[in-house]
Amino acid sequence: MTTTTGPHPTRRLLLQGAASVALLGLGNLPFAPARAAANDKYPEDAFKQKNEADAIKALYGKTAEPSDKVKLDAPEIAENGGVVPISVTTTLDKVTSISFFVAENPNALAASYRIPDGTMPSVANRLKMAKTTKLTAIVEADGKLYSATKEVKVTVGGCGG
Amino acid sequence: MASSIRVRATANGDTTEVQALIQHPMDSGFVKDSKGELIPAHFIQELKFECNGKDVFIADWGTAVSKDPYVKFSFKGARKGDDLKVSWTDNKGASDTTTAKIS
Repeated sequence: MTTTTGPHPTRRLLLQGAASVALLGLGNLPFAPARAAANDKYPEDAFKQKNEADAIKALYGKTAEPSDKVKLDAPEIAENGGVVPISVTTTLDKVTSISFFVAENPNALAASYRIPDGTMPSVANRLKMAKTTKLTAIVEADGKLYSATKEVKVTVGGCGG
Repeated sequence: MASSIRVRATANGDTTEVQALIQHPMDSGFVKDSKGELIPAHFIQELKFECNGKDVFIADWGTAVSKDPYVKFSFKGARKGDDLKVSWTDNKGASDTTTAKIS
């Protein structure tokens, strides 16, 4: 064991009369951008996306993080993929929208609901599922995205005819 | 013609629960008919609920919503006797509107 630590003389540098740089806060804060207009229109582009990640990106422009505050209720096994009852509730505050994605449908985005102020962040609906796949619910709350997923087994597909 | 929309809105205190059932084929555009020809997509794109001049719920739908769609939600601020206006438009430009009294 060899240590070669030479003693370093401590030198104190006194900066006398150092010019202090005052960082003056800029007075003109940028105005908060107006709410994205895309939120008020039918998101046609997002509905055309094939896979889930692209659809989420087209709809929201960001990614979601899983959260146990989003409760997704769907059957373990759907006997008829044409009618799968699915609902979502959340304890999150300031919810502005709730969306449903079915990973292996021809188009992943199934439905998106806009939740204005005063409306409960809770939706029940019925969706089609082509086959056994992952179901994702995304809740947009206070500008952030939270998700919950569930695997649903489909015994008869909803798009086969 | 009878309305395609059946809606029930029930006020319980400050909260109104709304259930709506709409008659619509919601054709996805992926299904073939008995002659083997694709049935073109025909589905509701937007469904809107208005109460006292304010939008309370807006649904944007794709083809993956089941035939004869059903939806349920709740909102605050309405009372018994208020009008709830429901309207939809589909991808072929068809639409329907109905007004229900909150009970």
